[in-house]
Amino acid sequence: MNAGRSFIEMTINGEKRTVQAPPMKRLLDVLREDLHLTGTKEGCGEGECGSCSVRMNGELVNSCLVPVLQAEGASIQTVEGLASNGKLHPLQQAFLDCGGAQCGICTPGMLMAATQLLAHNPHPSMAEIREGLAGNLCRCTGFIRIFESVIAAAAQDVEQQAQETPHAR
Amino acid sequence: MTTHATNRIVGSSVPRKEGVDKLLGRARYVDDIDLEGMWHGATVRSTIPRGLIRSIGFDRSINWSEFAAVTAADIPGSNHIQLIAADQPCLADGMVNHCDEAILLIAHPDKHRLREAVNAVHIEYEPLPPVFTIEESERQNVIVWGADNLLKNFLLEKGDVDSVWSGAAHIVEGEYRTGAQEHLYIENNGVIAEYTAESGVTVWGSLQCPFYVHKSLLAVFDLPEDKVRVIQTETGGAFGGKEDYPSTLAAHAALLSMKSGHPVKMVYDRMEDLAATTKRHPSRVRHRTALDHEGRLLAMDIDLATDGGAYSTLSSTVLSRATLHSPGPYVCPNVRVRSCAWATNTVPYGAFRGFGAPQAVFAIERHMDEIAAAIGLDPIELRRRNFLHDGDTTATEQVMREPVILDQLLDRALAESDYHARRARFAHENASSPIKRGMGIAAFYHGSGFTGSGERYLNSLAGVDVTPDGKVRVLVSSTEFGQGTNTILTQIAAEATGLGHEDVIMAPADTGIVPNSGPTVASRTAMVVGRLIERAGLQLVSLLREHAGLGAHYSRADFFAACDRYRAVQGAVVSLCRYEAPPGVFWDDQKYRGEAYPAYAWSIHVAQVAVDTVTYSAEVEEFWAVQEAGRVLNPVLAGGQVEGGIAQGIGYALYEKVLLQNGHMANNQMTNYIMPTAEDVPPIHVYFEEVPFSHGGYGAKGIGELPHDGPAPAILNAIRDATGVRCNTIPLLPEDLFHKLAAGQTVEEATAV
Ligand code: FES
Ligand code: FES
Repeated sequence: MNAGRSFIEMTINGEKRTVQAPPMKRLLDVLREDLHLTGTKEGCGEGECGSCSVRMNGELVNSCLVPVLQAEGASIQTVEGLASNGKLHPLQQAFLDCGGAQCGICTPGMLMAATQLLAHNPHPSMAEIREGLAGNLCRCTGFIRIFESVIAAAAQDVEQQAQETPHAR
Repeated sequence: MTTHATNRIVGSSVPRKEGVDKLLGRARYVDDIDLEGMWHGATVRSTIPRGLIRSIGFDRSINWSEFAAVTAADIPGSNHIQLIAADQPCLADGMVNHCDEAILLIAHPDKHRLREAVNAVHIEYEPLPPVFTIEESERQNVIVWGADNLLKNFLLEKGDVDSVWSGAAHIVEGEYRTGAQEHLYIENNGVIAEYTAESGVTVWGSLQCPFYVHKSLLAVFDLPEDKVRVIQTETGGAFGGKEDYPSTLAAHAALLSMKSGHPVKMVYDRMEDLAATTKRHPSRVRHRTALDHEGRLLAMDIDLATDGGAYSTLSSTVLSRATLHSPGPYVCPNVRVRSCAWATNTVPYGAFRGFGAPQAVFAIERHMDEIAAAIGLDPIELRRRNFLHDGDTTATEQVMREPVILDQLLDRALAESDYHARRARFAHENASSPIKRGMGIAAFYHGSGFTGSGERYLNSLAGVDVTPDGKVRVLVSSTEFGQGTNTILTQIAAEATGLGHEDVIMAPADTGIVPNSGPTVASRTAMVVGRLIERAGLQLVSLLREHAGLGAHYSRADFFAACDRYRAVQGAVVSLCRYEAPPGVFWDDQKYRGEAYPAYAWSIHVAQVAVDTVTYSAEVEEFWAVQEAGRVLNPVLAGGQVEGGIAQGIGYALYEKVLLQNGHMANNQMTNYIMPTAEDVPPIHVYFEEVPFSHGGYGAKGIGELPHDGPAPAILNAIRDATGVRCNTIPLLPEDLFHKLAAGQTVEEATAV
């Protein structure tokens, strides 16, 4: 029954988790199907849309392109790991206030890309924001309010927040 | 508290109602839902554009006993998707009329087993000659639909166009073409369906119009109304792409559920969604226009054709909206529009934000610049001289009874964009630079609500009720897919009842619970459904005053206490209202004349574009949008609608090309169907002028579609301004621009006759 499956251990949103899955199963499917973390979305399955973005060992990855095998021992942060103690992450709050989410399907990936950006560059310029989010497609907003959300969150000293999360470098 | 504080909640940017769920990643989209014992479904599709199905064979390498399979023969009711006409089969039966048409369905408990099984079904065809373009279809050498390939046609006539030509000072002609466009919602189409003999069919899905799906399932399964239930799940973008297609997909999943005895999930992957689902209608519009010496319009003769694809679906109503938007926001005594939707052997084209208007607006607004060039008038001045004003009549002889403030919008757009100064500066700088910059403009309206008598036929019902645990619920079938339905309708209900926004929630978009407030399309939700909720809220307060002793001034606690008293006597606290047309609105379907829309939203777009004459790329550097869409209910959401629509419009103009090969979409991937990214979208400046509309929800008109109408002509007009080259076809990709610019025609003569 479990032939062709391996035990894979990962730290997901700060918690140790072990899954038994075929080694080539996409990290995206392991998150969604095995760990029931359905916040991470599939938009294209080919690395173009970024809606499956998660942070893995402090890097932004498209989880649709990562075989779970590669995630062995990794520390992974998904959208479910952003809010803490029932409080929205400053980026989530900014997206809510500024209208950065419309249909919401790109939002988890967009939040992870923005978290990654601010973790490395707490006060990005507009050009740096555009570049940082270039791998994440949003068909609803035209991006303008997403940029404003990132600027608003950066203004709230996200630097400190990012350092507090266990997965930021 | 008083119910007359009109500025309390409406008009403020309360946060999106379902925003926190979306931001936490806990909003449940259809693919996030797992039902006990659920199977997964897949579709075997036609690989040829047109032909007879000779045989269906199943490869022995697969153990088919593990699978459920469904063909047209398994359909208990009618093998047709019910929309306007019922010509589209649910599953092809003996014949296919486009590539990727569904022929056979299969289901299995393990979704990873499906691909192999789909490939193991072998279909033999006897090909028939296909038709792929408007030109081939109208030639009628090969008939692929009905008696003549004509899905629908309209004739709109005002005055006598033919009496004008001989005495006109100028006659200007032009032909304009637009390509197909894919919605590219980031969540693909998907549903889950469950069939049981006792309760019939239940569908959960990513969709815009629960009652469209409901109606279609009734016919496919031959079931009574109470045996079909459709529930919208959180929907990750739609833009019209989930208006009619979910009816087909829901029927497929439900048929598989019936056959397998399990709930069945069908969620398309991107390649399947791109190849098999609807897109924007390609179009060809020809204008012939007569003007007097001062540049006033004397006659407009417009010949408009769309490619409708293999079945009629929504082509007739898309064509109607295109027809009604084709003369633009101008007064002209003599207008004739002849329009036709032609059948071809491609996936049926469908609804997409704007619904025919973007095609029509592209043509007229591009044409206005060509007229200006041909008669030597400034494009701004030409438009000003011909703008509609209050009291004027449109091409359908609708009198503009509400204020029309096009001049004011134009003045604001010119001032905010610093149009004249920039244009002059670019004209000077361009001479010595390989980068040529230009400014372009588009003026347009978008009719809010269903066309003509549509809203009367829809006869929408909507309202509010109050739950025993103290929440006012909005009862509508109007759905949220990013545009803000949940937020604005709860704002309106809160405003009308004098409560806080947090006291109002949405009832689930479930046909078993909510009344039919009509489909969520046509920029009708804020105006039409919003008005119903406003009325229902006010009516609820009156009921509580009359029957439950609610005082003239009341607190939140007073309100809910009155609800409890009312409930104790009446059983439930419900207030429903039915659509009432604004007085004096009349549309003659026979003559195609009258009040085409209850209201119009108006807009001016300005684009600044840079054309690189070395790389042949055209880049939108900055964009301004000024609009009047009635009362703005929520400035953040309304602004987001405008920006998102403009970004899609930029894609429509410069990026997005649907490449068909033998009728199949060849670039059905996000790697090669390119939409604007975070690095491509320019700064977009959005301004609203507010003229409350007396028959819209707290004064609102429609905003959703308007912003998609203007970018393409504004951008191509800016390219004309920058380079002197006339480009009349979109999408305009660098290779197209190369051909245009390399042709050496720096300044081309306009076709002044
Ligand atoms: S789903 Fe992974 S990039 Fe689109
Ligand atoms: S909010 Fe819908 S795709 Fe970004």
